[in-house]
Amino acid sequence: MAKDAKPRVRVPANAKKGEVVEIKTLISHVMESGRRKGRDGKLIPRSIINNFECSFNGKKVFESVWHPAISANPYMAFHVRVDESGEFKFKWNDDDGSVYEASSKIAVS
Amino acid sequence: MINKKCTITALTIGLMMGVTAGAAKAKSEKWGAYEVEDRRSGYTYMTDETRIMQDDMLQNPATLWLDRGEGLWTKADGEGKKSCANCHNDAKTAMKGVATKYPVYNEKLGKMENIEQRINRCRTENMKAKEWKWESDDMLGMTIYVKHQSLGMPMNVSIDDKAIPFFEKGKAFYFERRGQLDMACKHCHEDNAGNRARANMLSEGQGNGFPTYRLKWQKPGSLHRRFRGCNNEIRATPLGYGSDEYVNLELYMMWRGRGLPVETPAVRN
Repeated sequence: MAKDAKPRVRVPANAKKGEVVEIKTLISHVMESGRRKGRDGKLIPRSIINNFECSFNGKKVFESVWHPAISANPYMAFHVRVDESGEFKFKWNDDDGSVYEASSKIAVS
Repeated sequence: MINKKCTITALTIGLMMGVTAGAAKAKSEKWGAYEVEDRRSGYTYMTDETRIMQDDMLQNPATLWLDRGEGLWTKADGEGKKSCANCHNDAKTAMKGVATKYPVYNEKLGKMENIEQRINRCRTENMKAKEWKWESDDMLGMTIYVKHQSLGMPMNVSIDDKAIPFFEKGKAFYFERRGQLDMACKHCHEDNAGNRARANMLSEGQGNGFPTYRLKWQKPGSLHRRFRGCNNEIRATPLGYGSDEYVNLELYMMWRGRGLPVETPAVRN
């Protein structure tokens, strides 16, 4: 399903100023490690998402570099402190150069 | 808290005495809806981490297929240019409770039919569209979406009237030894549920969570895929997806898990 990778994200709709919120993300991807052999005995070429990053109002707040041991359909949860209303943008970078994106807004009072 | 401590102590003593059979199946633990009479869902045999993964609808990777199924529900396909929604309207009401009843007897075919087969029959007869392959992402997505509408409802298949001979066949399959290891389903799932086969915890082999996201598969899979895996493991020849034998077995298994809640999409190891 690498071609039509679909992300899911969950960001709380509201938060208080200075609150630490949990953000959860999930994306469909085969995460082929490059070490498995197919039925023909040949290696199945590596095809993974190698980088995930999250930015808030244009500023990067979280990044993680992924390697072949990450499972298929990777789930990533992390915490961010929010001081103002704005939009989270999520970016997954695939080995083949494609980029999958998602975004979600949060209102801070 | 006290209860939990007691359980742990009881377990430890049980293990020290070399009693393995009943130990992990201790009745003192409360599983709520996941336990009906003497039957327990596979959910109760999993680790805490796997259970958390299943319960959190964002962590559960099978929800990606659930979304896919939801998208397909309203997508027109085939010569008829019809979608599921054209006939069935809203799946949330139309498909509610469906998963608890399947497989059902089909007059025209003269045999039992499960949900995957029903979906494909709808596609070929009503939508004039191509059949989906059994383990394709589309078929898994749609099956998960349809079954998910019955989430939490108790399983309740009919084994009366016309279904009787098929039920008997399914039951016979369940207790019949097969393969090089000469084992029947019941040797693992009735006699040894709660024990380990090497590192693997054997469950009762209930079908209420299928199609289930298996961590080993790294994707969701159908009940028949699991049957094939089981048959392979005891070195028997796996039968085809949707074969009569497997559909009859599915009927017996769904009856065997009667009262357990539909968990689709479940997460298992």
